Amino acid sequence: MSVLIYAENAGGKFKKSTFEAVSYAKAIADQNNISLIAISIGDVANDELAALGKYGAEKVLNVANDKLKNFVNQAYASVIAEAAKANGANIVVLSNSFSGRGLAPRLGVKLEAGVADGAVALPEQNGNKFTVKKTAFSGKAFAIVELTSANKVIALTPNSYKIVESGVVAKVEDFTVEAKASDFTEMIKDIVRSTEKVSLPDAEIVVSAGRGLKGPENWGMIEELADLLGAATACSKPVSDAGWRPHSEHVGQTGIAVSPNLYIAIGISGAIQHLAGVSSSKVIVVINKDAEAPFFKVADYGIVGDAFEVLPKLIAAVKEYKASA
Amino acid sequence: MKILVCISNVPDTTTKITFTDNNTQFNTNGVQFILNPYDEIALARAIELTDGGKGSVTVINVGEVNTEATIRKALAIGATDAVRINAKPHDAWYVAYQIAQYVKANPFDLILTGRESIDYNGSKVAGMLGELLDIPSVSIIKKLDTEANQATVEREIEGGKEVLTIPFPFVAGTAEGVAEPKIPNMRGIMSARTKPLTVVEPAEVKTFSEIISYETPAPRGQVNLVSADEPAKLVELLHTQARVI
Ligand SMILES: Cc1cc2nc3c(=O)[nH]c(=O)nc-3n(C[C@H](O)[C@H](O)[C@H](O)COP(=O)(O)OP(=O)(O)OC[C@H]3O[C@@H](n4cnc5c(N)ncnc54)[C@H](O)[C@@H]3O)c2cc1C
Ligand SMILES: Nc1ncnc2c1ncn2[C@@H]1O[C@H](COP(=O)(O)O)[C@@H](O)[C@H]1O
Repeated sequence: MSVLIYAENAGGKFKKSTFEAVSYAKAIADQNNISLIAISIGDVANDELAALGKYGAEKVLNVANDKLKNFVNQAYASVIAEAAKANGANIVVLSNSFSGRGLAPRLGVKLEAGVADGAVALPEQNGNKFTVKKTAFSGKAFAIVELTSANKVIALTPNSYKIVESGVVAKVEDFTVEAKASDFTEMIKDIVRSTEKVSLPDAEIVVSAGRGLKGPENWGMIEELADLLGAATACSKPVSDAGWRPHSEHVGQTGIAVSPNLYIAIGISGAIQHLAGVSSSKVIVVINKDAEAPFFKVADYGIVGDAFEVLPKLIAAVKEYKASA
Repeated sequence: MKILVCISNVPDTTTKITFTDNNTQFNTNGVQFILNPYDEIALARAIELTDGGKGSVTVINVGEVNTEATIRKALAIGATDAVRINAKPHDAWYVAYQIAQYVKANPFDLILTGRESIDYNGSKVAGMLGELLDIPSVSIIKKLDTEANQATVEREIEGGKEVLTIPFPFVAGTAEGVAEPKIPNMRGIMSARTKPLTVVEPAEVKTFSEIISYETPAPRGQVNLVSADEPAKLVELLHTQARVI
C-alpha cells in the first residue's frame, strides 16, 4: 500500500499548494507506515521533480508525454488512476485547486473511492474508521466525512495545511501510460495567464474591497496595498456584479472561498453571504466607516474610519515597515 | 439541442447554519430552501441556448417530494420538463450515479450542473457524471458558447483562464459569467403547473462515504480596534502579534 500525491505544476513549476499537499500526504503516509509516491504530469525539470523529496516524496513518477503537456481533465485522471493501480496506492491526495476539482471526482469513480473534497485537516484514523474534516455550507460549517471504501481520494483546501520539510531523497522515474484517444476529445485553444498577479485561491494575504470604495476608479489604492503586501485582490459580489472588478475576484458564498493567513476587508459590510467565503481566514482586518458594520463582529483587528483617509496612511505605514524590515 | 440541467435544493444563502441531534443533523427548522444559485446560472444559459425552438431544457433533481417547489420554480423560469429521482441525495456519488442511470436511457447533447452546491460544496457531481458516462467534464466554466457539434468554454484556472473546445456530449459546471439568472414571469409561473414532471425511482448503489457529524467554526475573540489616525499601529500588530506580515 502507498499514498499517491498528484503534484500539480503551473508552467513547469510546483506551486505552494502542491508542497502543502505533499506535506499533508506525507503525514498520512506516516500515520499508516506506508510510502509516499508523487506523480507529476507535463513539462517539469528534473531538479524541480527531485525537490518534492524535501516534503516527503520517496519516489516521483514523471509523466512527460507530449500529448499531456497541458491539463486535459479526462486524460490526467486516467493517468493518475493508472499510477495508483500500478503502485498499489489506496489513498490519492491532490490539491483542491481548479484542476484538482476536475480530477478528484473522476478519480473517485475510477477507483471506486470515497472522495473528501475541500479537506482542511489530517484524517483521523481509528481502527477501520477513516474520517476527514472538510468545509461545508460554504464555509459556515465543517462536515466530518467517513470514507468507507477501501480506496480514498482527498482534495486538500489550499492554505489549510502547513508545509513541512522532511528531507527525503526522492527517486525520479519515468512513468509511461498508453493514452486513450477518447480521453483527448477536448482541445485547448488558448491559455491566458495574468502572470504578474498573485492568484486568489492560493494567496496568503488578500486585500478585498466592497461598495464602500464608491467606484472602480478608486481601486488604485487597493492594488497598491496588495502589491506592497504581495497579496491578491478580491471584492464583494455587488462590486463584480456592477462590473467594477472581474467575477474571478468575487469572494463569498457564491464566489470563491478563500482561507488566507490575512484577509483585509475595506468598505465591505460583512453580509452573511460574504462572511461564508472568508471566515476561515486566519486573521481578519476590517476597515469600515460604520462602527456598527457586522464585519467587526468577526474581525481580529479593525479600524473605524473612512477608507479614503485611512488607506493612504496605511499604505504609507506599510511602506515604512517594509523599508525598515 | 437537448440540454439537461442538474438542480439541487439548498438552504437560502441567508441561513444561519445550525445542527441538531448532537451535531449529526443539519437543522432544517425554519430554513427556506432555494434553487442552488449556480444551478440558476446553468438553467439561464440552457434557456438562452435553446431559445426560439432550438431545443429543449430538462431539469433533473435527486430529491424527495419536498424538492418539488424548487423544481416548479425551474419550470417557471423556462425549463421544458422535469425529472425527479425519488431519493434522499446521500452524497455526490449517489446523485451522479442516479443521474447517469437516467442519462444512459435518455441521452442529452449537453449536461450542465452548477460549479458547486452551496450546502455540500463538493464540485463533484459534474466530474463524476462525466466519468460514469465516459464523456469529458469541465468542473468550473465562466463562459459557454455552442456550435453545431461542439462548444467553446472558458475554464477558470489559478490566475487566468483556459479556452477549450469540446465536442458534444459533455458535462460542465457553471459559475458566474456564463449567464445572468432569470426571474420567472407570470406566464412562466402559470405554465409551470402543467409542465411534465416525471418521478423516477432510484437504482441500487453502493456508498463510499458517510457524513458522521458537523462542526461550526470556533468563534473569534473581541475585535482589537486601532485608531484611524494610527494605521502604523495596525501594521505593527500584524507583524509582532498576529505574525501574518
Ligand atoms: C443569493 C445571494 C448570494 C450572495 N452571495 C454573495 C457573495 O458570495 N459574496 C458577497 O460579497 N456578497 C454576496 N451577496 C450579497 C450580500 O448579501 C451583500 O449584499 C454584499 O456582500 C454587500 O456588499 P458590500 O459589503 O460591498 O456593500 P454594502 O453592504 O453596501 O456595504 C458597504 C460598506 O462600506 C462601508 N463604507 C461606505 N463608505 C465607506 C468609506 N468611505 N470608508 C469605509 N467604509 C465605507 C459601509 O459602512 C458599508 O458597511 C449575496 C446575496 C444573495 C442574495
Ligand atoms: N440532489 C441533486 N440533484 C440534482 N443535481 C444535483 C444534486 N446535488 C447536486 N447537484 C448538481 O451538482 C452540482 C454540484 O454539486 P456538488 O458536487 O454537491 O457541489 C450542483 O450545482 C447541481 O447542479
